[in-house]
Amino acid sequence: MFARIIPIVIKEFIELKRDKWARFRLIVPTLVQMLLFGYAATYEVYHVSTVVLDLDHSQESRELVSRFTFSNRFDVTVARSQREVTKAIDNSDAAVALVIHAGFAELLRKGQSAPLQVVVDGTNSNTALIALGYVNTIAAGFSQEYATDLAERTLGAQGMRQVHVTLEQRPWFNEDLNGQWFFVPGLIGTLTLVIIVNLTAFAIVREREVGTLEQLMVSPMRPAELILGKTAPFFVIGLGEVALIVTVAVLWFQVPFVGNPLLLLLGSSLFLLSTLALGLLISTLCRTQQQAFSMNFFVLNPFFILSGFSFPISSMPHVLQWLTYINPLRYYLVVIRGTFLKGVGLNVLWPELAAMAFIALVLLGTSILRFRKSLE
Amino acid sequence: MKLRRLKAIAVKEILQVWRDPRSLMIALLLPFTQMFLFGYGVNLDLKHLPVCTFDREGSQLSQALFKHFRASQYFTITRNVKSYPEVVAAIDNADCGFAIVVPPDFSERLNDTGTASVQAIIDGTDDNTANIAFGYAAAVVEGYSNQIAVSWIDRQGKPLQQVQPMVVQSRVWFNEDLESRNFIIPGLVAMIMALVGAQLTSLTIAREWERGTMELLISTPVKPNEVMFGKLIPYLVLGWLDAAFCLAIAALWFGVPYRGTLFALFVTTSLFLIVVLSIGYLMSVLIRSQVGASQIALLVTMLPTTLLSGYIFPIDQMPKVVQDITYLIYSRYYVLIVKNLFLKGSSLAELWTPILFLVVYAAAVMILAARAFRKRLY
Repeated sequence: MFARIIPIVIKEFIELKRDKWARFRLIVPTLVQMLLFGYAATYEVYHVSTVVLDLDHSQESRELVSRFTFSNRFDVTVARSQREVTKAIDNSDAAVALVIHAGFAELLRKGQSAPLQVVVDGTNSNTALIALGYVNTIAAGFSQEYATDLAERTLGAQGMRQVHVTLEQRPWFNEDLNGQWFFVPGLIGTLTLVIIVNLTAFAIVREREVGTLEQLMVSPMRPAELILGKTAPFFVIGLGEVALIVTVAVLWFQVPFVGNPLLLLLGSSLFLLSTLALGLLISTLCRTQQQAFSMNFFVLNPFFILSGFSFPISSMPHVLQWLTYINPLRYYLVVIRGTFLKGVGLNVLWPELAAMAFIALVLLGTSILRFRKSLE
Repeated sequence: MKLRRLKAIAVKEILQVWRDPRSLMIALLLPFTQMFLFGYGVNLDLKHLPVCTFDREGSQLSQALFKHFRASQYFTITRNVKSYPEVVAAIDNADCGFAIVVPPDFSERLNDTGTASVQAIIDGTDDNTANIAFGYAAAVVEGYSNQIAVSWIDRQGKPLQQVQPMVVQSRVWFNEDLESRNFIIPGLVAMIMALVGAQLTSLTIAREWERGTMELLISTPVKPNEVMFGKLIPYLVLGWLDAAFCLAIAALWFGVPYRGTLFALFVTTSLFLIVVLSIGYLMSVLIRSQVGASQIALLVTMLPTTLLSGYIFPIDQMPKVVQDITYLIYSRYYVLIVKNLFLKGSSLAELWTPILFLVVYAAAVMILAARAFRKRLY
């Protein structure tokens, strides 16, 4: 059996070696996409363009504004009138506007509630929400300290005590909430999915188009051997692709890898089996390369969206959440992030690995059956 | 340029599209499926995040805190654990994205010093969800803190003094309920238009080469410009249909508020369509195979539009170099325009800069395509 498989494997590699574009297509888009995703895909909010209108000009109002200026989250510019504030928000020159009305300090000193008006451009709801969170944190800090000061001054040391409960933030696995650590490892899944499905589907469809598939059929090879021989090289390429992305992630983007590499290897192998089977399945449904291309696009996009790669699954409607359970990428991403950032072991990840193995089996079974039929 | 010859090319192209199931599928099915897939699948709003509580004190105060969390629509308390390893397991398995730990001396500290803190352990793997969840949790705790403060003053029998010296009165403009759908879906229209437009025209010239009809076309008296416009116009009509379709789904099905004028939308959408159709056409001229041209067209439209157009990732938060690159991405301008038209109701006059960029872009790509076509012929 091996004697018949190996020549096919060698033939595939020779074809790949002769195709100078193939090597280019395997490496360059991967690196370009890694750089793009690594640097452009971020939900982090560091520089909130902020316009401040201080109509009170008091010590208190200046103290409040300086807290924003020195927080290194806000890029503060000063406005002189309400109209300027409105214009800045309208033209998207500022995402946040802070307005302190005249009499702010007086209200504070009297122990009354002084308002800080905040206007947020909600166009990008995500940025707006995060910026609003920062504003609230700074405002709460100011408020709290002012209250303590006031209580001490007016009532003396044993005066009325302020009661306050704070929330300590303890993010695990990614202490600085670095967005790159979230996106870059995820690329291992999305990029290999696209590359391997494309390679497999195109390789088989091309043989069908050129007519060499028939020649292979009349050879003494059995369909299973043909499939194995054709897909084995792509499996190797897939592992190479995974290794490339992991290397760039760890060395260039400095994403920590705290887990067990063998576990990632196991997960990757199972995932690659699914992608190979998917490519094979697509190839049986298409007669021309053009069809394969459109089909790939239609099939791969939902895999990408419904995986949790960039959009949280828990925010999707229930029907879409159920669909994610048949998506191997969903499980692979859990394994990738689990090994990269969380460092969890087999005891945690076995359900994902089992799910991937099951999906791979079902997909491989269907695609082999269909492939044999398409040969006959 | 003769109108008669232009018409002949256009009619031929329409017939060809009509008879090619693949083009029709791209033109009609793709926008529909992508609108719904992205419209429902792409959502950044946080709701009902599963929370695990670890109450090391078990006092009235700690239970009151959890009551506040239960009342919030952003959190759902799914389990109450009794030990630290259980917290670790819940976060490790991603059963809970968030754990609230109340220290054993919580009430005591609050009694003695007036301040106490609770811990929020967050699964930081998804940094954005973690960040937003923490913002909501801090607000819940703040509300709880204020309530306790008021009840304490009450108990001490002192006159009720203002607890919170400063209150933040925040108002959100343009997207009042802060729904991510409202900003993602208008941008999505831009993405689908870019994708479909470039895909459609990427096939036109390559098809002529592959089928060997290019020589026939050259031997007729049509001029290169007539070929270009004759081939672009039918797709522009198809693009209008698609755009109308997508925009209608955005406004009517997903209920994204539309505040601009329809005329402004028509003008800017046409401009954007011309840009993407020309890009597809340019690819088709440069690369003579249909598969190659459509692959490259996918690469130059999909990737930059997803990542660099500001459709979902804010451009002003990117590194400076990347920000500079985004100026080259045509979708950036249209994404800005549709978002402003939908949410801000901007007028054409207010949007003149991005419009000007699109005009320049369209002209540049068309000139390039015309040049490349001429070169290819001789």
